Amino acid sequence: MTDIHDSTLFPHPHLLGIEGLSPQDITQILDLADHYAERNRQRKPKLTRMNGLNVINLFFENSTRTSTSFELAGKRLGADVINMMASSSSIKKGETLIDTAMTLNAMHPDVLVVRNGESGSVKLLSEKVKCAVINAGDGQHEHPTQALLDALTIRRRVGRLNNLTVAICGDIAHSRVARSNIHLLHTMGARVRIVAPPTLLPGASDRLGVEVYTDMREGLKDCDIVMMLRLQLERMQGSYVPSTREYFRFFGLDQEKLSYAKPDALVMHPGPMNRGVEIDADIADHVDRSAILDQVEMGVAVRMACLDLLTRPIQIKDEEKGA
Amino acid sequence: MAHSRIAYMNARLLDPASGLDATGAVLVEDGVIADFGPNLFKSGAPSVDKVVDCKGLCLAPGLVDMRVQIREPGDEHKGTYETATDAASAGGVTTMVTLPKTNPVIDDEAGVRYVARRARQLKRTKIHSYGAITRNLEGKELTEFGMLSEAGAVAFTDATKAVANAGVMRRALSYSTAFDLLLVQHAEEPSLASSGAMNGGELASRLGLPAIPRLSEVMMVERDLRLVEMTGARYHAAIITTRESIDVIRRAKRQGLPVTCGTAPHYFALNETAVGDYRTFAKVSPPLRDEMDRRAVVEALADGTIDVINSDHAPHDAESKRLPFNQAAFGIVGLETLLTISLELYHNGHLSLLDVIGCLTSKPADLLKLSGGKLKIGGAADLVIFDPDLPWQISESDFKSKSKNTPFDKRPVQGKVKATIVDGRVLYKDKGFSA
Repeated sequence: MTDIHDSTLFPHPHLLGIEGLSPQDITQILDLADHYAERNRQRKPKLTRMNGLNVINLFFENSTRTSTSFELAGKRLGADVINMMASSSSIKKGETLIDTAMTLNAMHPDVLVVRNGESGSVKLLSEKVKCAVINAGDGQHEHPTQALLDALTIRRRVGRLNNLTVAICGDIAHSRVARSNIHLLHTMGARVRIVAPPTLLPGASDRLGVEVYTDMREGLKDCDIVMMLRLQLERMQGSYVPSTREYFRFFGLDQEKLSYAKPDALVMHPGPMNRGVEIDADIADHVDRSAILDQVEMGVAVRMACLDLLTRPIQIKDEEKGA
Repeated sequence: MAHSRIAYMNARLLDPASGLDATGAVLVEDGVIADFGPNLFKSGAPSVDKVVDCKGLCLAPGLVDMRVQIREPGDEHKGTYETATDAASAGGVTTMVTLPKTNPVIDDEAGVRYVARRARQLKRTKIHSYGAITRNLEGKELTEFGMLSEAGAVAFTDATKAVANAGVMRRALSYSTAFDLLLVQHAEEPSLASSGAMNGGELASRLGLPAIPRLSEVMMVERDLRLVEMTGARYHAAIITTRESIDVIRRAKRQGLPVTCGTAPHYFALNETAVGDYRTFAKVSPPLRDEMDRRAVVEALADGTIDVINSDHAPHDAESKRLPFNQAAFGIVGLETLLTISLELYHNGHLSLLDVIGCLTSKPADLLKLSGGKLKIGGAADLVIFDPDLPWQISESDFKSKSKNTPFDKRPVQGKVKATIVDGRVLYKDKGFSA
């Protein structure tokens, strides 16, 4: 096991987004996550490095896989993890975001993992609390741990991130996953394409450092990685897209469209999938092509790395006190 | 089909696409133009099954009418595929595009396929359809542009309704760019126009009729052009009637925006005074405007700001028109008077004969990416033979159209369709002409 004094400290107090992270920052997280990924596959007793530390999962939006993933990550490191869902909290009773933050701050948590439906809300909250804050998804802005787990999945499968052509397909306009992935892949030297019906492209998308396509076949041509995004059902009934049928026909990933990508291209999806809407079931379940279950596995490892790195200063202080 | 060769001799060939205007001949073989030109058969009579002497009459590509309402299904008492194709043939129209405003609305693949099936069954005028932009023309949810266009929809429009909501129009234009589709807008701001019955102005005030202000058109055009600029989508204003909106489109074209527009004969042949005395046959949407606007339309046709002339054929039974003006239906039948009235532009010296025919053939065909509208070796023999000068008087009782709501009854005109040919078959022949 790596010694906590070995590596340099992570230079950021919070993980609010990928934008602003350097290639070294990203590599530091991925290297440590890679180590945890290996460890997680062994039947070993859990670690103790976050013993006595508190992690609060504060989710204002429903989430199963992300909150579970953070909970498991915290527990594997020995932390005490508390889950707070908006439905059962005082938010429902009209408390503002800042009031909630101040209340939680008074309980002296060590890490707050926050998901909120408003872009920028996690940053706002981080300015009001004294602990480390991890953004688990803020509105349509960023979802940094998702991009990190996607990167780890690619790195482990393909061996690198640079000089890869990655097509991110689907509802780019409303997707925090897309934004974080664009930043990360771009920073790490990959070529990023976004593929979507024009109604689901963000404004000024050509200014994001990506190549923009509205045709799947052109967009997937010779790609190494195909990242599908989830399309929210409410955006599919005549507003942004005429129907699920039409969406699947022209923008859903099926064997025919995938055949334009490189023969060994990897298919990814952040989940949960709408089979038959953005992805055909036989691709989603294809063991060699689909990395979708790898992504879930890497999610825990990446979140362990983030929790670990952000609490290193406390860990070191505790160790010194104990010694 | 037996092998057939027909020679049309001694014709004034008009082909706006290539600029051809010369005496010559056309050879039609099995429904296809096998050859044509001024030198064809010059050295002697051809060996063919049939020779038609055109006696110097004009021979041009059949007209392509991109704005027609057929009324089937739903309003068969006003018009059917049979009566519409008969009227089209009598008017020299060989291809028409039907608006999706039927009952049910053409907003799914089945609707588009229905139109194609009816056209195939009849084997007369070629008929294409628009798909609706929004479901049931409600202006809210987009239709399946991709699948409808694969099924055969040539462009998209909400027919005689404007897409009123700017957000919906923005998404429609934006989405259309994925498939390079043309969106056709009935350019009229409904919140200003929907309660009106005729052009806003002195005459409406004197007649005591609710007005459709002229600015309702330019406002919608200006809004749409901003959205076109933003999305880069191809946009066509179906009917442009006011000098302000013409100016706006002229500027947009100069700016290089992918914008086109059309008009119908009544907007350059009539003005609002045709409504005088509450004549409901001149009630149409958008309404006939004032004389200054009429002149602006003529000028815009001459300088190419207006790209196409379409009939805007909108049949209504007498019961829908024999009503107090405000309650009467909007619309004019136009298939049978389209060419004749358009020739007034030529006779009055505003446009060359070739340019008039271009607005009726190659330009609409190009806009919708249809194969017709041109004389082309190997292309379908869809042709019209007409006398450009013959004086006669329009009489609605001669109309083939089931509905006869025309404001042009008894109008003395010049120029008449003599024969209409689709895929080499003569679908219409005027009295005394042997084709």
